[in-house]
Amino acid sequence: MSANRTCWQCAQSIGASLFCPHCKSLQPPPSGYYTLFGLDRKLNLNTNELQQRFYDLSRQLHPDRFMRKSEAERQYSLDASSILNDAYRALKDPVKRAQYVLSQEGFEIGEQRSKDVPPELLEEVFELNMALEEMRSGDDSARPQLESAQNNFTNTLNEVDRQLEAQFRTYDESSNREVLTRIRGTLNRRKYIQNLLDEVQDQLAVGAQ
Amino acid sequence: MNIDFGTTEKVIGIDLGTTNSLAAFLDLTGPKIIPGADGDKLVPSVVSISPSGEVVVGNAARELLITQPGRTVYSVKRLMGRGLDDIQEELKLFPFHLASGSESVLQLQIGDRTYTPPEISALILRQLKQNAEAYFGEPVSKAVITVPAYFNDAQRQATKDAGRIAGLEVLRLVNEPTAASLAYGLDKRENGTIAVYDLGGGTFDISILKLHDGIFEVLATNGDTHLGGDDIDNLLLRIALEDVQGEWGEDLAGDSEGVQRVRRAVIQAKERLSFVPFTDISLEYRGNKYQREIQRELFDKLIAPIVDRTLGPCRDCIKDAGVTPEQIDEVVMVGGSTRIPLVRTAVENLFRSKPHTELNPDEVVALGAAVQAAILSGDVADKLLLDVTPLSLGIETMGGVVSKLIHRNSTIPASATESFTTGVDGQRNVLIHVVQGERELVKDNRSLARFDLKDIDPMPAGLARIEVRFLIDANGILNVTARDLRTGKEHSIDVKPSYGLTDEQVEKMIQESFEKAEQDFQERQVREARVEADTILAAVEKARRHDAYFELSDDERSAMDRAINELLLVYHSEDHHLILNKNEQLNQVTMKLAENMMNTAVRGALKGTKI
Ligand SMILES: [Zn+2]
Repeated sequence: MSANRTCWQCAQSIGASLFCPHCKSLQPPPSGYYTLFGLDRKLNLNTNELQQRFYDLSRQLHPDRFMRKSEAERQYSLDASSILNDAYRALKDPVKRAQYVLSQEGFEIGEQRSKDVPPELLEEVFELNMALEEMRSGDDSARPQLESAQNNFTNTLNEVDRQLEAQFRTYDESSNREVLTRIRGTLNRRKYIQNLLDEVQDQLAVGAQ
Repeated sequence: MNIDFGTTEKVIGIDLGTTNSLAAFLDLTGPKIIPGADGDKLVPSVVSISPSGEVVVGNAARELLITQPGRTVYSVKRLMGRGLDDIQEELKLFPFHLASGSESVLQLQIGDRTYTPPEISALILRQLKQNAEAYFGEPVSKAVITVPAYFNDAQRQATKDAGRIAGLEVLRLVNEPTAASLAYGLDKRENGTIAVYDLGGGTFDISILKLHDGIFEVLATNGDTHLGGDDIDNLLLRIALEDVQGEWGEDLAGDSEGVQRVRRAVIQAKERLSFVPFTDISLEYRGNKYQREIQRELFDKLIAPIVDRTLGPCRDCIKDAGVTPEQIDEVVMVGGSTRIPLVRTAVENLFRSKPHTELNPDEVVALGAAVQAAILSGDVADKLLLDVTPLSLGIETMGGVVSKLIHRNSTIPASATESFTTGVDGQRNVLIHVVQGERELVKDNRSLARFDLKDIDPMPAGLARIEVRFLIDANGILNVTARDLRTGKEHSIDVKPSYGLTDEQVEKMIQESFEKAEQDFQERQVREARVEADTILAAVEKARRHDAYFELSDDERSAMDRAINELLLVYHSEDHHLILNKNEQLNQVTMKLAENMMNTAVRGALKGTKI
């Protein structure tokens, strides 16, 4: 957001504020999630603080607060609060937050990549698929194997999350694009494991009925 | 709560229910229900239209349901925003008389006229509006109306249309459980996690909210817009009709008056069973008597499948909210059907805590709507609702598959943008099919609307770039705008709603009803002015026989006679100002007489004699 913005209403200089400091009218909102929240673009965020900011901004920007204002301000309020809600959804979740930063940095985050099996999981995935097949064909003897897979993958997922957190810290300190490439790799791996876990859990739930 | 009444125009909150409707407003002591002319707080959502077009709403219409079943409509909320395919089940169970031509928009046949569901709902809203106007003694034109949280876009739009047809500017549609939480949070709790279990006449909602220093944040919502007390009534009705046939040897199913009498008998028995362990279903019809004892135990067994149907959505909602039952501090019960003991037990078992039942389950939604109305008019500044969209929004892609743009339980307003281009050289328009629902395939979801991006400049395939913004507003209603990315200009869109009325149709209905409402308001004011005149004239007539009258001078007496005559001259005019004016004039010239009468009375009292 450029610092030389002027108020749409009174044409005075407003800097980076959401409301004009002179006539108090709501300005067209910034579209950047971090900018709207008034935060530096860090991958590690304090989610309690984020929630408090979300509530504070909601009180200021929600359409309920603009029912008796001008048409223009009502429209800005609708725009601003929809961006605010979208932003909060993305930023409160570490994975979505990282995806957002990656996309802002020009990285492609395709869904297809999650189909590539991470090499270290090849063997486990192969056996798992066999077990899933068995369960689907009504053979319940594969249940213990699926249950242990469920445990394994949950542990792996936790491990991946710790890894992500470390990578987030590295990026926040260095702003190095190389780190973002690594983060993208970790996200893809995470997505893959999450899909497997979902599949196992669905199958266990179906089998249990 | 901080209330600061800065505005003069009142905004009312309306609970437009399947069975009953209510209006409420907020004053300095808190939210209040506005009673109807008959003194009742609940206005039954029943509309009867006489052959001459006279409309009766509420308790009086409920009576007519029995004697005029063909001209009387109830539970019309079940038809709001729906298509012919959706309501096949309803048609089996409810006496809706559909007119031909209902394929595009549902039309109810009443005598020789047809009415769409929003028009019938508008008649209920108009009654509530009139009740409020009579109560405040001033026109009311703005309202907040509640809808089931699980209502889809078309159902919401239909409700908004109904408001507009009734001459109300609908400032906001609020989800019923959310409204209830606002009324609840007002006097019970400021912080914590609560669940609102709302089983009404025709719909079921469950919402889980986080309360945080005046912010009411909905975490997740779920429900069934086809589930409610009506289902229990219909179940009992079917059983009772069979039983009656066994006893009388007569099938009443085809006799609408008979059916309505049995229906009323089973509803009364159902309501009593919430308080006593057994009761009678009893009725008398055309000289025949029927009486059958029903135990609560049997009743519970019969309705258990219906109550069970509410539990699945509750479990899904808990999961979507990301909480465990133990983390939910309170469960608030809303809707008349939550008086049923079995419902309370089922909720208690699921949430592992005793549900809150001290708020009146019939009133709490309207009271909450009144609070939201005050929030919107700026009178309450320290409360804010953050609601969610109950259903995912997506567009049709290749092979009839849905691409989700906005996920369910997203806080609203919520938006998503998507770029579209052309597939063939020279293509002039792109059709976008928007659906609502959770399923993978378009055919399993609900079609919402088709948007046609028209007048694209002819160019080679794939070059056009049109960015479409889908925005769900704070009412839960979809707004779509499009921009041509090459020119940066707004792109025109042609909207074809899959269900419901076009804007032109609504406009026409508003026009018709507005004229009618104006006329009604006029008539009412004239009637009230005449009632006032009657009162004054009667008092003056009585005073003429009083001693004090003869103490007046001749001039005073003739001034009085003139004022009486002038009032009588305008008495039958249609201008209430004129009548009120002459009422006032007569009041003025009889002031001395009134004083004299007072003095005589005092003198008489002092002397201890009767006058
Ligand atoms: Zn300004």
